[in-house]
Amino acid sequence: MTAPLHEPGATETALADIAADLPAKAIEGRSPGRIAWLRLRRDKVALAGGTVVVLLILVAVFAPQIVGLLGHPPDQLHEDQIDPNLGTPIHAFGGISRHFLFGVEPVNGRDLFSRVVYGARVSLLVAFLAAVVAVLLGTLFGIVAGYFGGWVDALVSRVMDLLLAFPQLLFIIALVSVVPDSLWGFTGSGVRMAVLIVVIGFFGWPYVGRIVRGQTLALREREYVEAARSLGAGRGYILFRELLPNLIAPITVYTTLMIPTNILTEAALSFLGAGVKPPTPSWGQMLSAAVTVFQADPMFMIIPGLAIFVTVLAFNLFGDGVRDALDPKGSR
Amino acid sequence: MTDESEVFLSVRDLKVHFPTDDGLVKAVDGLSFELARGRTLGIVGESGSGKSVTSLAVMGLHGVGQYGRGRARISGEIHLDGQELTGADPDSVRRLRGREMAMIFQDPLSSLHPYYTVGTQISEAYRVHHPVTKAAARTRAVELLGRVGIPQPDRRFDDYPHQFSGGMRQRVMIAMALVNNPDLLIADEPTTALDVTVQAQILDLIRDLQQEFGSAVIVITHDLGVVAELADDILVMYAGRCVERGPAERVFYTPQHPYTWGLLGSMPRFDRERSERLTPVRGAPPSLINVPSGCAFHPRCPHADLTGGASRSTVPELREVAERHFAACHLPVADRNRIWEASR
Repeated sequence: MTAPLHEPGATETALADIAADLPAKAIEGRSPGRIAWLRLRRDKVALAGGTVVVLLILVAVFAPQIVGLLGHPPDQLHEDQIDPNLGTPIHAFGGISRHFLFGVEPVNGRDLFSRVVYGARVSLLVAFLAAVVAVLLGTLFGIVAGYFGGWVDALVSRVMDLLLAFPQLLFIIALVSVVPDSLWGFTGSGVRMAVLIVVIGFFGWPYVGRIVRGQTLALREREYVEAARSLGAGRGYILFRELLPNLIAPITVYTTLMIPTNILTEAALSFLGAGVKPPTPSWGQMLSAAVTVFQADPMFMIIPGLAIFVTVLAFNLFGDGVRDALDPKGSR
Repeated sequence: MTDESEVFLSVRDLKVHFPTDDGLVKAVDGLSFELARGRTLGIVGESGSGKSVTSLAVMGLHGVGQYGRGRARISGEIHLDGQELTGADPDSVRRLRGREMAMIFQDPLSSLHPYYTVGTQISEAYRVHHPVTKAAARTRAVELLGRVGIPQPDRRFDDYPHQFSGGMRQRVMIAMALVNNPDLLIADEPTTALDVTVQAQILDLIRDLQQEFGSAVIVITHDLGVVAELADDILVMYAGRCVERGPAERVFYTPQHPYTWGLLGSMPRFDRERSERLTPVRGAPPSLINVPSGCAFHPRCPHADLTGGASRSTVPELREVAERHFAACHLPVADRNRIWEASR
C-alpha cells in the first residue's frame, strides 16, 4: 500500500477482492445494544423477571379493562360478602371465590382484586416517575461535576453528601402534612402522588449522581474524548455525545434497581399515612388497614404484601440480568 | 528554522508547568521552534521529556477539569498562521481545532469511540466545522476513508472500531484528522502501538497525504527510525528543553549533543556488526520537579568532565553550530566533532 493513493496499487485491489469474497455475515456489525439484548435473552431468570415486570405494567395500564372483566369497581361495597357479626368475609381465605379472586376487604367488603390492580397503578407510576426524576437530575449533576471538576465538583458533591445524610422519611412525612389539597394543577390524590414523585426522586438523585460522577472522572481522561476535543468538539458534544453513551449502561442498571426501592418507599409512606389519600387504593395503605384485623383476616395482609413482594422481586431479578448483560466482562 | 515569511507555526519560549502536591512539574520549560507549511518537524526524546505535553499545549488541550487545582500553567507564545493561541479565548481555539490543526494519537483503538461506527465519527468531525447535511458528510467521510487506503470504504463506513485491525484503525484516525483539511497535523507517536510491518505503511501514508494536502506536520516519537523516514527537521528534547535542533541530515550525520549521540547509539542498525553491543544512555530520565542544575543532562553525560564544571553550574544556551543547526552544550565544538567521529 505504498503506491500513491490516487492510483490504487496492486495490494489495495487484492485486499478489496478478498474483502468482497468474504460472506457478508463475517463482517456484520453488532451495536452494543444488540449485544446486550443477545446476552439478556440467554438469562432465563432475568427473562422471567422481565416478563413479570411487563405483565405488571400492562396490568397497571389496563386496570379499568381488567377490573371490568374480572372484578368489581374498587370502591363498590359488598356487604353481602361480610359476616355481619364478626365483620370478616363469609367465605374462607379472606372471601376468595369465583367472583372475588383475591377475596374482599373486611367490614366494607370491597373487591381486593380490583384494589390490588388499581394499587399497581399508584405504585408503578410513583416508582417510575420518581426514578426518572432521580436519573435526570443525577445524570446531569454527576456528569457536570465529573467533567468540570474543581469547585463545580466540590459544590455538587457536598450537596449530594448533604442529601444522603438527610432523614428523608421524616422529611416526607412532615412535608405531606403541610401540602395543600391542590397544587401545581393537581387535586386530591394527584397532589400526594406528585409530591411523592418529586420528593422520592429528589432524594434519589445523589445515588445516581455519585455513580455518574465517578464514571465521568474515569471517562474524561480517555483518549477518544481527547481525540474528539482535538477535532474541535464543544463541551455539550463531549458531555452528551462522547460521555453519555458510556454512562447508559450503569444508569440503566441503577434505574432498574432503583424502581423496586422506590416501590418499597412508596409502600412504606402509604403505610405510615403519608402516601396517596384513602379512596385511591395503594398497597401500602391496604397493609396499614390490615394491621388492625390481622388476626381475624390474615389474607387481607397477605394479598397486598404478596403484590409488593412479587413486584420488587421481579424488578430486582430483571435489574440483575440487565446488569450482567451490559457488563462485557460478565461470564454468566 | 525557515524564512520568517513562510513560518506557519511558531512557538516562542513555551513553558508548561503543572502544580502538584510534590512541587511544580516543569514538563516543558522554555521551548521554541518554527514550522513552515509543507514541512515536517520530528520531535524526539525519552518518555517524560515533554514531547506530548508540547503537542497538547499547541492544540490547547490542557483544559480538562478546567476548574481543577492540577490545571496546567502555560506561558510563552504560540502563533498559528499569525494568530496567538496561548492567551486566546478557549472557544476560539476550539474552533481552530480540527479545522486548522488536528492530531493523531498513539493508540488508535482507544482514540476511537467504541459506541459509534467509524463513519459516524468521521462525518461528525466534519459536521462540527461544516454546516452540511448528513448525506454530504457521509460522502466526504467515504471519500476520506478511500483516500487513506481502506478497501470498500462505503461498506466499512458502518463498521465499529473493533472490527478494524490496528493499522486500519490508525488509517481511520488519520482520515478523521484530515477530514477538515487542517493546515497543521500533529502525529503523537503515530506508529508506536502498531506492528512493524504496518508502521512503514502508516508512515508512507502520512508522507503521501502531507504532499497532497500541503500541511505542516509535527511527528512526535521516541523512535529515531520514524523521524528518519519522515522529518525535514529534528528537535531533540530532554527534560522539557530543546537540546538540539536542525535539519534531519545534519542531526543524523553530525549530531552536536551528547544526548543525541546516546539516542543514536542506542538505536539498532543493520549496518553494524551483530557482535557490537548497543550503547544505551546511562541512568534514568530526571525528575521534572528537581531538574538537575546546569545542563539537565550532566548527571548522565559521559563527557561532562570535559566542560570544566560549566555543565554543572550553568544552563547551556542553544547556539548555532552550522546553518539552522543549534545545540545546547558546553563542550567545545572541536571536542564534540572529535568524540562523535571516534564513536562511529
